[in-house]
Amino acid sequence: MEKPLTGNFRPDKTAVSLAEYERAGGYQGLRTALAMAPAAVTERVMQSNLRGRGGAGFPTGTKWSFVPMREDAPHPKYLVANADEMEPGTFKDRVLMERDPHQLIEGLIVSGYAIEADIGYIFLRGEYTCSNECLARAIAEAKASNYLGHNILGSGYSFDIHLHVSAGRYICGEETALLNALEGKRAHPRAKPPFPQVCGLWGKPTIVQNVETLCNVPHIVQKGPTWFRDLSLTEDGGTKLFGVSGKVKRPGLWELPMGTPLREILEEHAGGMRDGLRFRGLLPGGASTDFLVEEHLDTPMDYGNVQKAGSRLGTGTMVVLDDQTCPVGMVCNLEHFFAQESCGWCTPCWSGLAWTEKILSAMEEGKGSTRDLDTLLFQTKFLAPGNTFCAFAPGAVEPLQSALKYFADDFRRHIEERRCPWR
Amino acid sequence: MNVATIYIDEVARQGDAKQNLLHVCLSLGYDLPYFCWHPVLGSVGACRQCAVKQYRNEQDKAGKIVMACMTPALDGTRISIADAEAAGFRAAVIQGLMQNHPHDCPVCDEGGECHLQDMTVMTGHRTRTYSFAKRTFRNQYLGPLVNHEMNRCIQCQRCVRFYREYAGGTDLNAFHLRDTIYFGRHEDGVLENEFSGNLVEICPTGVFTDATLKHHYARKWDLQMAPSICVHCGVGCNTTAGERYGTLRRIVNRYNHEVNGYFLCDRGRFGYEFVESDQRIRHPLVEGRTATTSEALERFAAMLREGKVLGIGSPRASLESNFALRTLVGADRFFAGVSDRELRLLSAMLRILQEGPARSPSLDEVEHSDAVLVLGEDVANVAPIMALRLRQSVRQAPMQIAERLHIPAWLDHSVREVVQDAKGPLYIATPYATKLDDIAADTYRAAPDDIARLGFAVAHAIDPGAPQVMGMSPELDKMAAAIAASLLNSHHPLVVAGTSCGSQSVLEAAAQVAWALCKVGHPAALSLLAPECNSVGLAMMEPHSLSEADNAAKRDPTSCLIVLENDLFCRGPEKEIRSLLANARHLVSLDHLRNQTTEAAELVLPAGTFAESTGTLVNNEGRAQRFFQVFDPNSEVLASWRWLGEGSQAAGFTTKLGCTLDDLTKAMAEEMAAFASLPQVAPAQDAIGKIAREPNRYSGRTAMLANISVHEPKPPDDPDSALAFSMESGPDVPPPSLNPFFWSPGWNSIQATNKFQIEVGGPLRGGDPGIRLIEASLQSDRKYFSNISAAFQAHAGEWLVVPIFHIFGSEELSRWAPGIAQLAPSPYVALNPEEASRSGVSAGQLIKVTIGGTLFDLQVLLRVDLPCGVAGLPAGVLPRGITTLPAFCSLVPSLTESCRGAA
Repeated sequence: MEKPLTGNFRPDKTAVSLAEYERAGGYQGLRTALAMAPAAVTERVMQSNLRGRGGAGFPTGTKWSFVPMREDAPHPKYLVANADEMEPGTFKDRVLMERDPHQLIEGLIVSGYAIEADIGYIFLRGEYTCSNECLARAIAEAKASNYLGHNILGSGYSFDIHLHVSAGRYICGEETALLNALEGKRAHPRAKPPFPQVCGLWGKPTIVQNVETLCNVPHIVQKGPTWFRDLSLTEDGGTKLFGVSGKVKRPGLWELPMGTPLREILEEHAGGMRDGLRFRGLLPGGASTDFLVEEHLDTPMDYGNVQKAGSRLGTGTMVVLDDQTCPVGMVCNLEHFFAQESCGWCTPCWSGLAWTEKILSAMEEGKGSTRDLDTLLFQTKFLAPGNTFCAFAPGAVEPLQSALKYFADDFRRHIEERRCPWR
Repeated sequence: MNVATIYIDEVARQGDAKQNLLHVCLSLGYDLPYFCWHPVLGSVGACRQCAVKQYRNEQDKAGKIVMACMTPALDGTRISIADAEAAGFRAAVIQGLMQNHPHDCPVCDEGGECHLQDMTVMTGHRTRTYSFAKRTFRNQYLGPLVNHEMNRCIQCQRCVRFYREYAGGTDLNAFHLRDTIYFGRHEDGVLENEFSGNLVEICPTGVFTDATLKHHYARKWDLQMAPSICVHCGVGCNTTAGERYGTLRRIVNRYNHEVNGYFLCDRGRFGYEFVESDQRIRHPLVEGRTATTSEALERFAAMLREGKVLGIGSPRASLESNFALRTLVGADRFFAGVSDRELRLLSAMLRILQEGPARSPSLDEVEHSDAVLVLGEDVANVAPIMALRLRQSVRQAPMQIAERLHIPAWLDHSVREVVQDAKGPLYIATPYATKLDDIAADTYRAAPDDIARLGFAVAHAIDPGAPQVMGMSPELDKMAAAIAASLLNSHHPLVVAGTSCGSQSVLEAAAQVAWALCKVGHPAALSLLAPECNSVGLAMMEPHSLSEADNAAKRDPTSCLIVLENDLFCRGPEKEIRSLLANARHLVSLDHLRNQTTEAAELVLPAGTFAESTGTLVNNEGRAQRFFQVFDPNSEVLASWRWLGEGSQAAGFTTKLGCTLDDLTKAMAEEMAAFASLPQVAPAQDAIGKIAREPNRYSGRTAMLANISVHEPKPPDDPDSALAFSMESGPDVPPPSLNPFFWSPGWNSIQATNKFQIEVGGPLRGGDPGIRLIEASLQSDRKYFSNISAAFQAHAGEWLVVPIFHIFGSEELSRWAPGIAQLAPSPYVALNPEEASRSGVSAGQLIKVTIGGTLFDLQVLLRVDLPCGVAGLPAGVLPRGITTLPAFCSLVPSLTESCRGAA
């Protein structure tokens, strides 16, 4: 099985150097791209059916096609790698950056070339200090070898990358809030339109792309869209980094074909539940996705199928709930996180999540009431897509709304027994 | 207007297709609640309060919730406001907003005029189910004008959007996140922006409230109110003044689309407290002793009968009072109560506006200018509200960037993201740095003569037919060419100048630029700033100069001198004023506050301020606007024009003054062609039914004087206007000029303004108040000015002192408001650090300065922005004896080992 993203990883878990990266065929994708017209690169990505790996799954090539490409297009154009990986339970981009930083850099340059970007940014989560060091070193190496900078490899194309370390807020991972943060403004999301592709960073055309998405790009350009699509077991192209955390035997991260069944990831790769524990459910794509339960274990893990099961593929990194852990406590923990990370811009989000958090916390302390259940249910509807300014709050209530459905008894027991039954 | 048909609850309505649904719904009179949206701040979609249900087409019955403020009003749009889900959502938003709100309405200053209260009632949310602790904050000291109570905050973001994005302030910000966003300063301290008082009205609830009102608080519904005009600069912002128990309590903005729109400056909002100053003159004084009205009138009549009467008018008194004085003394003996230099400037200004082809714009037009040249004016301190408008004007040209991307102008943050730092051309040439410099394309610091020369050079660059300026440096020529190009490249060019520099050349240079633009087929607006609230009105009466008054008094030592609302010691050198006063046998002073002139007067008549009298002021645009008596002072305080009328009657003179304001304005219209339309400024007293000054809910009417008498007194009559000192109104809807307050059922806050506009944010229904008395001669072929002054030459040991204006301190009356006084500077002399150091003086040092032969002790303030050879003194807080600037000064020899070479 081909593992284009993780195939080069060193067993000692240190970063692949430039020399090693080149030996393994690194920067060949860039050379190939530079010999093509930018539009042809975009076309290839479009044909590959690569979809955004940050969670929303928007087709990458389509996104690029919105960038103005005529002679009179505004410049500088920007390409931003969204490396603000703050979704609870998600650690896939971190691994890519720590183990093979040049892959991301090559991805940025090739993607930048496709949209004729002048400047690239890596917007990195503040806590990712190791990634920071690896990327800084790799950027310096790439510059020294003229993969970056003026007139890259004599092609006439120039591109620079700045590594920006975030001051640390979850909302900075929202692409437009990220742009505001990068401009030095308060990190609240922007209204669309205008879309960043047309008017993004400092009012110029900008593409914001997840790290894993960008890492796929050089391989697609080098090996072609058909190769990429064939990596997948289903119609969404490529491989996917899947992660499992929670009380399983072997928590970890694996690069597997898109569409790998959930059960296979959980049982074969993660080794199943720890002895003595039973599986109750999981969040398939990070904290802001709906729970999936036993009945969904045969779901192929791709965008369409997870959605059919009632959740979202999200980041593809799942958090597993076992039968010895309180589901209300787990949701309370998550909602505490989301309430704290609400940027405070729109009323439903800042008010609804704060209320939700307080109710769940009260329930855990045995102070919940039946009316609270109605309020929780109400909040999941109040914070629905369209009601709020951005997708943050709807995502934040996804684990809650599905927990209310699948773990209704657990909520009821908290209220009736006036305590958390797991304590 | 591009008309769109919008189906609202299945009724076809017409709206502006270039607007959003909230704007259209409100304009059509629907009650759709909102918080973060504001007609001039646009939409940002934060509060989610204006949710409606939108349907794809006639067949779509499900629909989806959208925010009206964020949805364009496209033709064929189908929405429902009444839809149960939408209504439920709106109630839920209020429920969310109220989670942390302290529900302290009974003790909150905003109560009774709170937009949050109104919207809460409107959505029907009434049962509180949130049972957890509310978040609390520590409040900040924000200065003497604005009070801070953050616990009431609903996070609508309006305050920072207004303060930072609209008004250009930097010291108020949003901190933290989630439900604990804190709107405040990084530390306690006076808000730095001169428009901070608008937070009181911008904030939909009681976070920012009027700190001056707090000292003498009354609810809006308990205030007796009248439409008023701000008296603290020459712009004439429309205000609503409120009274309770015989004292003036506060000023709020009164929307006038053409003049001040939604905002006031802090001097205009908080300067009113001079009315209740302990310096007020509330009774007639005869030789310093308190007298009754009849004693005073008797004395006055006797003086008038004695012989020749001379009258000195005032730029801060109404047209009617000035006219009454002029009529009483005769046009030949009516003198301007301003320095001779200022009168020359004001007369020049009038000639320029009337005889030239450039039109004097309204402030709305100022805002919509897309290229501006400011010559010699520190607009932010002289006419602050115009500075706020100019701040918006630089957004006009870059709007094209947003238009190209089809981003509507109302989608505020999207526009700002697209436009980024792009700004339209604003050029500022002043003697010192101004607060608008941060948005200027280029600035020029120079002495007034050099500023004028730049203006003349710009005019020549626009039309080579205009005289050339000789001896310009290449850099300055380049700047002139760049300014000319920007002005020629614009659709609505504007030139701003005024009297602040004390230079006729600057006025003429500004006119030259505007006229050159007109001449080359590019009509330009010309806005000339006047120093006081009725400077233009006074000048229109063609008074004689103050020095001529001195001559007249000398010619006839038996004369009686009447000084109207004026401290002459602020108008001319002390020696000359003393001589003038000494030459008059009798001195009568009519004024509000004790000053050196009233101290010298034999008879002092207590003149009503804007709050206790009715009258008309002419602003710098040439717009006559009327202020109305707010309350009956129940004392001897009368309008100056009434004192003068009664005095002349008591003396047995037959004049046309009559007894009421309408008589007076009619007489004035007949006598002076310039004021022919004066009676139309507002409807006559009997033209419409009575309009109540007191709201429906005015409380305590029968009880408030019960400690004096249990019999409810008959409300006083108002012979001068259709307004009544009462709660009882006739059937007529008040016309905008007479509207005592904005209120509509369900809309108790200032947001009720929506209900009085043709379209929200647009002109008032019935026409914006005010009548323009001055129009340009559009076909005029007036010749260019050719007397271009020589370049300013700095001389060793000598400085040209220019006035440095301060929003707080430079205006006479507002200085008596305690809050303003606290923020006013102490006298200083400002010097360029380089020159100061060469003269051996340092910051903070007390030095001796000779100005016009008189020695003054002044503290040194260093300002790097002052050009070489130019010094500055704070206008209005000058030491006694300095009245006209610019003037030359020198430091006393011991300190001026001047090594500054002649430049």
